Order: sequence, then C-alpha cells, then structure tokens
Amino acid sequence: MKRVYMDANATTPLLPEVFEAMRPYWMERFGNASSIHLDGQQAHTAVDRARATLAEFFNCHDAEVIFNSGGTEGDNTAIFGLLRPGDHFVTTSIEHSAILAAAERMALHGVETTFVAPQPSGLIDPAEIQRALRPETRLISVMLANNETGVLQPVEEIGRIAREAGVFFHIDGVQGAGKVPLDVRRFGCHLFSISAHKMHGPKGVGALFVRRGMPVESLLVGGSHERRRRAGTENVPGIVGLAKAAELAMLSLEDGTIDRVATLRNRLEAGILQLSGTGVNGALPIVCHPERAQRVEGPAFSFSSDIPVLRVANTTNIWFDHLEGEALVIALDLKGVAVSGGSACHSGATEPSHVLMAMGLDKTRARASLRFSLLKTATEADVDFVLKVVPEAVEHLRAISPVAAGTAG
Amino acid sequence: MIESTTIAVAMSGGVDSSTVAAMLAHEGDAVVGLTLQLWDQTRLAGKHGIPDAPKAGRCCSLDDVYDARRVAEHLGIPYYVVNQQERFEQDVVRPFVAEYLAGRTPIPCSLCNNHLKFDQLLKTAQSIGAERIATGHYAVNEYDAVRGRWILKRPADLAKDQTYFLFGLTQEQLAHTLFPLGRMTKPEVREVARQRGLALSEKPDSQEICFIPGGDYKQFLTAYLEEQGRQLPETAGELVASGGEVLGQHEGIFNFTIGQRKGLGVSSPTPLYVLQIDPASHRVTVGADEELATRSLRARRLNWISIPELTAPMRVRIKIRHRHEPAWATMEPTGADEVVATFDEPQRAVTPGQSAVFYDGDEVVGGGWIV
Repeated sequence: MKRVYMDANATTPLLPEVFEAMRPYWMERFGNASSIHLDGQQAHTAVDRARATLAEFFNCHDAEVIFNSGGTEGDNTAIFGLLRPGDHFVTTSIEHSAILAAAERMALHGVETTFVAPQPSGLIDPAEIQRALRPETRLISVMLANNETGVLQPVEEIGRIAREAGVFFHIDGVQGAGKVPLDVRRFGCHLFSISAHKMHGPKGVGALFVRRGMPVESLLVGGSHERRRRAGTENVPGIVGLAKAAELAMLSLEDGTIDRVATLRNRLEAGILQLSGTGVNGALPIVCHPERAQRVEGPAFSFSSDIPVLRVANTTNIWFDHLEGEALVIALDLKGVAVSGGSACHSGATEPSHVLMAMGLDKTRARASLRFSLLKTATEADVDFVLKVVPEAVEHLRAISPVAAGTAG
Repeated sequence: MIESTTIAVAMSGGVDSSTVAAMLAHEGDAVVGLTLQLWDQTRLAGKHGIPDAPKAGRCCSLDDVYDARRVAEHLGIPYYVVNQQERFEQDVVRPFVAEYLAGRTPIPCSLCNNHLKFDQLLKTAQSIGAERIATGHYAVNEYDAVRGRWILKRPADLAKDQTYFLFGLTQEQLAHTLFPLGRMTKPEVREVARQRGLALSEKPDSQEICFIPGGDYKQFLTAYLEEQGRQLPETAGELVASGGEVLGQHEGIFNFTIGQRKGLGVSSPTPLYVLQIDPASHRVTVGADEELATRSLRARRLNWISIPELTAPMRVRIKIRHRHEPAWATMEPTGADEVVATFDEPQRAVTPGQSAVFYDGDEVVGGGWIV
C-alpha cells in the first residue's frame, strides 16, 4: 500500500547521505573520542569536524557547541543548569513539554515561572514577554518555531528585550532548525537547542549552543567530555550524522529545497481548505490563500513592533468542523497517510493540543485539528495522494457521524 | 484501502479480547485493534489511600495498553488507543458518583456498556471503515428471522456469563457486534491463546471496577470529590432496627450497601444485615437475614432485546446482581418504561441501583435498573 508520511515535526527519516556519513563510525571507526590511540583520534577528529559544521550552522564558535542527546536534554540543561531557588523564569504556554515539565520541576525548587500565552494567531507578543519580567528574572525561554502550528516566534525582538534586561535567553530551536536560517548572534540568545532527528538526522543526538562564559551547570557529571559541560562518551556516529544533516539543511535553505516544500505545503493547504468547515490554526486571516500562506499579516494583529505571523515552510495545522480528529487520524493512517492530531499521552491516546488550547481554540475544535508536516523530500505525488485521501475520509466521517463534533469525548 | 469487511476488535489487554483478535486475524479477517482509554489511572493515585501504582487488570492501566499493543504487534494488525476519558467521566463516573451519593449501589460496567463502550466503539469503527466490532465478552448473539430481531443469549461457559452487563445493547449494536467467545469455555480460550502464541495466556482475569484501584468505593468518592473541589456530603445518621428501634449511629450512608453484614458497628446476638438505606433521612435500617428477602422489584429505564416491548405479564427468570442465580418471577408492565416483577420465592437483597436482567431460557428478554 502506498504510504505518505506527513508527520515530519514528529520525526524524519535519515537522508541517504546522512546514513552513509555515519556508516563507518559503527564498526571501522568505532573509537572512543577520549582515547589517546589512533582509533580514539579518528573519533576525536570526526567530532571536531562535526563541531565546526554545527558552529557554522549556528553561526557561533566551535567551543560554543555542546553535543548531547537531543532537544529534551538541551531544554532541560538550559533550565536546570541556570535556574536557582529564588530565580524567576519566563517562558510561554506553547513550549514543548521538555520546557513545561522542567519548569514544573523547578517550581518545587523555589523557581517561579510565568507562562506567557500566545495571541490567537499562535504568535507570542514580545511586549508580553517584556511585561512578564521581574527584577529576579534570570532566564527567558521561547521556541523558534512551534511544533503544532509552525508559527515562527519573534526571537530577535525577545533577544533584544533579554539583552536590555540583562536576562539570559534560551531558544528551543528544535522545530526551526533546518527550516529557517539560524544565527544565534542575530537572535541574541545565550542558549539554543536542536535535535538531529527533526532535520533528517539520527535520533538520540542533538546539540546545544552555549554562549561563551555562560554559567550553565552540567546535567550529567562524570568524565571531562565536551569541556566538562556534558559528561558521557560522545555518540560519534550520531554526532557525525547530526553534522551531515546540518550541512544538508544549510544547503536546502539555499538551493530552493525549502521553497519547494513551501510551495507543496501551500498547495496542500489550499486543497484541503476547499472542504467546507475547515481553516488554518496559526495564522490570520484564518483562510489562507496559497500565495499569502507563508506570510500572513492579519490587520487584527498589530503589535507595538508590527511583527507579521510567519510560519515554517513545511507545516500546516487545519481544523475540521463536525468530526472527531482522533478518528480521522486513524482513518487516514489506515488509508496510508500519516499525520498527527494533538499530543500522544502516555497510553498512546490523543490529548487535545495544549498549543491550540492556549491559542484559544475550544476543546472540540482543538480535538478536530490535524497537523500536516512535510518532509524535505515530499513530492507533488505525495500531495496529490493526500489531497485525494483526506477529502474522502472527511466526507465519510461527517456522513456517518454528522453531530460528532458536538459530542466528541 | 480498508475493506468494509474489516472488524474492529475492542482490546483490553486481557486474555479474552486478545484471543478474539488472534482468532479473527487467524481466520483471515481484516482486523484493527482498538483500546478505549477511559480513565487515567494515575489521576487520583496516592490520594486518600488510593494505591500509587495500579496493578494490571483495570481499564487503561499502562500495563494493559502495553499488553494489548504487544498482542497487536504479534498478530501484525493495526492498533490504536482512542481517548474517551471525558466521555467516560461524564457518562459513567459522574452518574456512578451521583447514584452513590443518593444511597444506591450502581454498577458502572453496565452504565459503560449501555452508554459508552458499544456506542463509541461502533462509531469509531465505522469512522475508520470497519462495519463490525468484536469483543471478548462471553455472550452469544444471533439473528432470529422469525421474530425479525437480534437475540442475546447466555454463553456456553455459564461461569463466565456476561449477559448481565449487556442488557442495554440495542438491536443496531447487536447487529454489528461479534462475540466470538460465546460458544467457548474459558479453558478453551486460554488454550487458543497458547496456540496463537499469546504471551498473556495465563494472565489472571480482572474482577474489579476498572476506575477504582483497590476496589474501595468510599476512598474513590472522597478523592474524586476532593479533586472536583467538593466534599463527601455529611450523611451520618441513625442505625435502626426494622422495628424502628435506634441501635446506634453511623458515620455516613456511603459505608453501606444492601445486604452488607460487616462493619455495621453494632453488636447483636444474631447477624445483622443492611436492609434499607434512606438517602433523605440518612437512616440505615438493619435486620435479620430473612428480612432481606423481598418478593418483588420495580425496574425502570428498560431495554428490550428478544421482544419489541412488554405488553402483557410474562414468566421470566430474573438476575438481580452479577453473581445471582436467576430466579423465577412474573413481570408485568406498570407504566411507561417501568415493570414490576413478582418472584415465586422471595429474593435476598434486591438493591436499588443494580440492574435486573430478565431471561427466557438462555435468551435475554431485556433488563432495567432497579429502583
């Protein structure tokens, strides 16, 4: 059966080049990067090269790159590594749970957190971040792009606010990396987390930019790996894979690949919006025209700074009236289309997305919203297939259960 | 593309429903496994003595979902967990709590089957292109062309008979449901599970109410009400003998169910049993075993299965709780959606809130809720 995977914001497959780059590091060049001998040196060289690539990816110095296990570790390190009892923390209510749960944990250790809510468009207003600051605020953490809606946050503005206030600024860059150009200097952040598997790299590896001189305490202690900032033998194949993925990501942003993904996403979105009772979450006006979908500036949104609502190229989050989103996800899966609707709770059942709820959607609409996130390798044929399957499934669901949206559990 | 012959199997992670999935998959049917996530077992954990880590054998404990998923993987069938927590709370937990607060002893399993499980499974199944569902209940359903009705019958393994909890099934639901275990015994089911290589063939049966870890109702009520910002209402009152004599005081009507002997807090030369609970006066009446016996019952919120409607007195055997041997009675309609049944022999502990299920031989005629 033909299958089309449109859940890239959950994870992505390795690109063949990434797989090939990693291949020698499992068996032939298996050395420990800390060892003195030739085998160790080969591994060390590979890690150094990867670090240089990541430094280019972030626009920072090599010494500012720490390899780790992925986005959760990066997010946790920023919070647990910087905040101390009595500190105040500012973040948003649409962050990944790696931030939200870490903030909850810190509440037990005397750190108070202010969660800034988004605008209905999904955008965080920098002025709200500014207002949340207190004299004892030590850290601001805001994501670069939201996983559910793809909405890009005004991190440069927030970076300026952080600098003026003398507050540290962490960006969860997991959903932005590989989709928009990164520049930690321009963003004005002190920490920046990414994860390889969201950008066609391997799972279980990521990187954290830590600006030089930052007093971030290591989560893991042990050996003197990563300049004593992250103990544990380097995941050499993973790090090599991450670097290759970063290299390809930079290329994709220049060679038109990402623009192509945006065009496909726009066609997909416009096609689905042909169905009645649908709309896009995470942009205003709610009905997007293909040519405007990438850059939607709703007149209802004029912040002091006049920031437009921008989205990453690969994501669209669409609500469907009069059906149960969970059933639609299952129906689409059985027809060969992999998408996501909300977040999976521990059992694997779906909870309505906390992001959409924070944007002010009611529970019924949040439950009836699906996220389509395209791989970098998506094709016209993929979009054609999805545009054939989705309307059929939606019409079937609406036909058998016309009032389901009102009674969905 | 999913075929219209696809069967959605309700998988709980137990032996019975896992075996159903294995049998149908083995027979070559297109099978999709579904688990309804009904209650978050961690929600009240640790509060008011509720165990921290629920054991397996309750709906949607993580272990059970894990087991169900493993079975689906083993069989190579698609498997999904469907979130019905809000609906379960609204249609089962809240009515359960309300009934309890009103001094009755509700059976949540029938509430769940009648108002949620079958309705939702069929809805989800049809949403994903499956026309029928299959469950691991021990019951038989078949179409009787003469009467033009779907009939529900007791299973081959009477010790596992679950028809008592299924009296609320509609004709529509019966027409779209398979009970593949209806003609098998539990040992046969375990044997099939072994043959199909199911690792959980020896997993013990679950007995308790799925959302009440430990089975302590009062503990659950206290913790649930507290979570809702409410308190267990003050229902302390008098404990009286059937003659009206006050024997003592009790701490709340929630501590009692009809027929209960232990924990009454009064001593007596002969064993005393709870005869009646009056939610208005908080009075709990106790008496001798013989006094528990009742000649008749009244049931409402009826559902008819083998007959379209009860229009004249009918001889039936009636089951008034899960572990009750159906007893002969004559029932007759006494109003819209109400019957009164008179037993041939007085029955012990007819309990408001439980259901009464009417049998004609092996067939379920229908059932209702005792008032």
